[in-house]
Amino acid sequence: MASVAEDAPSPALRAHRGHLPDYSFRALAILAAGTIVALIVLVGAVLYSGSRLSIHKFGWHFLVSSRWDPVTEIFGALPYIYGTFMSSMIALVIAVPLGVATALFLTEMAPTRIRQPVVTVIEMLASVPSVIFGLWGIFVMIPWLRDHLFQWLRAGFGWLPLFSGPIYGVSMLAAGIVVAIMILPIITSVSREILRSVPNLQREAAYALGATHWEVIRIAVLGYARRGIFGAAILGLGRALGETMAVTMVIGNNPEISRSLFAPGYTLASVVASEFNEASSPMHLSALMEVGLVLLGTTILVNVAAQVLLRTLTGSGNRKIA
Amino acid sequence: MKKILSFLALAALSATAASAQMLINGAGSTFAAPLYQKWFSEYAKVDPSVRFNYQAIGSGGGKKQITSETVDFGGTDGPMSDAELAAAPRTLWHIPTAAGAVVVSYNLPGDPALKLDGPTLADIFLGKVTKWNDAEIAGQNAGVALPDMDIVVVHRSDGSGTTYIFSDYLSNVSPDWKAKVGTGTAVQWPAGLGGKGNAGVAGQIKQSTGAVGYIELAYAKENHLPFADLKNAAGNYITPTTDSVVAALAGATIPDDFRFSMVNAPGDKAYPIAGATWMLVYQQQKDHDKGEKMVQFLKWAYTNGQKLGAAMDYAPLPDAVQTRVLDRIGQIKY
Repeated sequence: MASVAEDAPSPALRAHRGHLPDYSFRALAILAAGTIVALIVLVGAVLYSGSRLSIHKFGWHFLVSSRWDPVTEIFGALPYIYGTFMSSMIALVIAVPLGVATALFLTEMAPTRIRQPVVTVIEMLASVPSVIFGLWGIFVMIPWLRDHLFQWLRAGFGWLPLFSGPIYGVSMLAAGIVVAIMILPIITSVSREILRSVPNLQREAAYALGATHWEVIRIAVLGYARRGIFGAAILGLGRALGETMAVTMVIGNNPEISRSLFAPGYTLASVVASEFNEASSPMHLSALMEVGLVLLGTTILVNVAAQVLLRTLTGSGNRKIA
Repeated sequence: MKKILSFLALAALSATAASAQMLINGAGSTFAAPLYQKWFSEYAKVDPSVRFNYQAIGSGGGKKQITSETVDFGGTDGPMSDAELAAAPRTLWHIPTAAGAVVVSYNLPGDPALKLDGPTLADIFLGKVTKWNDAEIAGQNAGVALPDMDIVVVHRSDGSGTTYIFSDYLSNVSPDWKAKVGTGTAVQWPAGLGGKGNAGVAGQIKQSTGAVGYIELAYAKENHLPFADLKNAAGNYITPTTDSVVAALAGATIPDDFRFSMVNAPGDKAYPIAGATWMLVYQQQKDHDKGEKMVQFLKWAYTNGQKLGAAMDYAPLPDAVQTRVLDRIGQIKY
């Protein structure tokens, strides 16, 4: 076995020697990878060319202005950027602890017999279409939020500006909750894979040093898996940024920036879904394309920032125990 | 063997060719969609050789598609502006098909019957009047116990012909609205929540106590939502019905190109927030056969189809207008 590994020439060398299957497979793989990259570049290029009219007219003001007026054709996307950011953050704050805790339960504490059924149920959550979540949100979640949860929050925390103002039901917080439910499966399953890959040696070493069950989880397991769980959170954030239908049905569709989580809001994806169909003037269309470009840019920026953060915080390879 | 196969293939091909119906495509207004679908299914009994396909993608979409000629006719609740018409490759005509009412629905405990006038409505939607028991509303509704509740304004989040008609009316009756917001299929709403489609707005009104919003008459009836009597230009409070829309149509001035606004129409019994819906067709049809079939259908719609609309809460056009429209249809060349 070892001798075969030592003798086998590199794929490039073998291709050069004319080994056709290797050569053609290499070409196919390069083509596949290249197509994906080309697709992303193409989407960006089309969005850019479609939004040139709007970029030329508004420039940077588009990103900092709050006025979206299709009648006088003055457009500014700040409320949408804020809305996308806020709803995604709320969703992460809810979904990451829940997801990681579920993953921990499944890998560390659950009896083996119930692990697979629970995993299956969680994966089923991922297969529910976005629109169904929106419908459920409108008919089941919103009335309950309006009559119960939001009332409790106001009763207990009403002195905070976060929970001030009138309660409509449709709100930024409602959107955050719906998106949290939708990104929960992906965070849970990726975290579970990460936690499963923690070598048992780590746990045993911690036990040997006298750690309690929680300390073992905190120090050995979570410490080792920190980077992977961060990656899971970024995956969830990526999905949260782009969620359209469910958000547009529960967020209230009001392009205002408000301190209160009870106030309605609007996201980049929602405004495109709401207005693109009927927009007929070139400037309106161009502004919507620019909103799409901003969304694409935000997603790319978030992913890049996450990569950079990962590298600086945890370094490459295995991490140190906290 | 080969001979049998080729014969079968030929037979199959010719069979499909013989049974192939002509397909005429249209797209646009959601308001008119139920009416057009009814017309198409009835017309299929009259002339089975032609089939119509209509996609309710909204008035803006209808205007876009007919301008780029991806469909054979468009449907819109807001007439095309001169600039939009200039962008079309050939002369594009507006053919009015029906009219409908936009009603102001609300959700108040006890479902009281409310009377409102234009300026008050504008102030509500501008966010100036914020409570139901405000003097402006109470002044017109003596005897109705109005609660001390916040008004929750609901409007459309998507672009729509209904918004066009409603904002057109508010621009007509309130100089403040005209200056601050204006008319359009999508506007910058000073206040309120956005719902998607007539259904979204109706749902939002139903769910929020103290809500007020504007929807098509058919949706209000379907959802059993109460709607307000509005004060018209003659000073009378009118309940929105098909008859009151017909009265508004009678009072409207309709120019030769059939682009008109009928909000705040004169007439004692006219309902003030009403609008027409149009089919957009080219004067010169590209395809001779399709053009011929389309003209035959339009003529049928104006002679037999108008009655069908009345049963579905669409107001038929007055006879004088019908004659003029039939003249115009006769001028379509193919």
